[in-house]
Amino acid sequence: MDTLVAQLQRQFRDYTISLYHQGFLDDQFTELKKLQDECSPDFVAEVVSLFFEDCEKLIGNMARALDQTGNVDFNLVGSSVHQLKGSSSSVGAKRVKGLCVTFKECCDSQNFEGCVRCLQQVDIEYKSLKAKLQDLFSLEQQIVQAGGRIPQVDI
Amino acid sequence: MALGNLSSSPSSNTSELHVLAVDDSLVDRKVIERLLRISACKVTTVESGTRALQYLGLDGDKGSSGLKDLKVNLIVTDYSMPGLTGYELLKKIKESSAFREIPVVIMSSENIQPRIEQCMTEGAEDFLLKPVKLADVKRLKELIMRGGEAEEEKTSNLSPKRILQNVFFLFFIVFFIITNIVIFIMLFPLRKDETRI
Repeated sequence: MDTLVAQLQRQFRDYTISLYHQGFLDDQFTELKKLQDECSPDFVAEVVSLFFEDCEKLIGNMARALDQTGNVDFNLVGSSVHQLKGSSSSVGAKRVKGLCVTFKECCDSQNFEGCVRCLQQVDIEYKSLKAKLQDLFSLEQQIVQAGGRIPQVDI
Repeated sequence: MALGNLSSSPSSNTSELHVLAVDDSLVDRKVIERLLRISACKVTTVESGTRALQYLGLDGDKGSSGLKDLKVNLIVTDYSMPGLTGYELLKKIKESSAFREIPVVIMSSENIQPRIEQCMTEGAEDFLLKPVKLADVKRLKELIMRGGEAEEEKTSNLSPKRILQNVFFLFFIVFFIITNIVIFIMLFPLRKDETRI
């Protein structure tokens, strides 16, 4: 009969693995976990939170730029996409980063419909990742509250 | 062959590097700061090349003596930044007599060979591809520390290598002199035995 801690740990392990296998997260997320320790126990959560704030800000900028019908500044959109690609790469947000690559191509070719589509997808994707990571962090908290240790998950 | 004066360098006894990290992305600043801190470096982060120059006191403002209270041992900068790019920052640092010796490392998310070559030609110590990993920072730190030790050995007259060199030289001189004396005595014996060839 599994203890609560063991169950939660198994759930955590399975969920983490699924996030990697489904392409939500990549290597770089693992690298961030290496930087977390007793001195900086919330490092990953903090960085990820900054990333989501960045997403919101940049997507807002891009939406405003794309709203200027007939006078869209594709350079501005492209530069925001570049920034988003950079920060998604730094946190291991694999799907968001992938979408940014496509998005950048649409900007470079001044493909308005393509840009609008990409913007919508990026918006959906980052929100989806945000929800999933919130679930993951919540599992971590539950494990700690139940007196257990957060397991190291090798992908 | 007296051993030279004691040369003391200000940060020679600490193994902690003070790194100035420059990046316009808040996420990347947070990550690079943590990467450096966990590698036992002191870190100062700034969000632009202009701020970096201000920090170093290179912004041409005669009034500012630089905001830094600690000597900077390494500068790590992003390449693509609005305003002053990482490359332009590198150039300004290498043009300055006060700071040209500080190693500068460029980071970029784009693996563009001409860009890398341009930076290395301008004097960059290394070029890191983003996202930067812990292994990259560790390797970089070793590179910089080794460079610093070599620099210290060059200037310090009390390094073990230098002492050893001096001792060997001394022995060689003494040996040379003694050998010459012996040869001299054998070739030119003392007056009493002048008839002996």
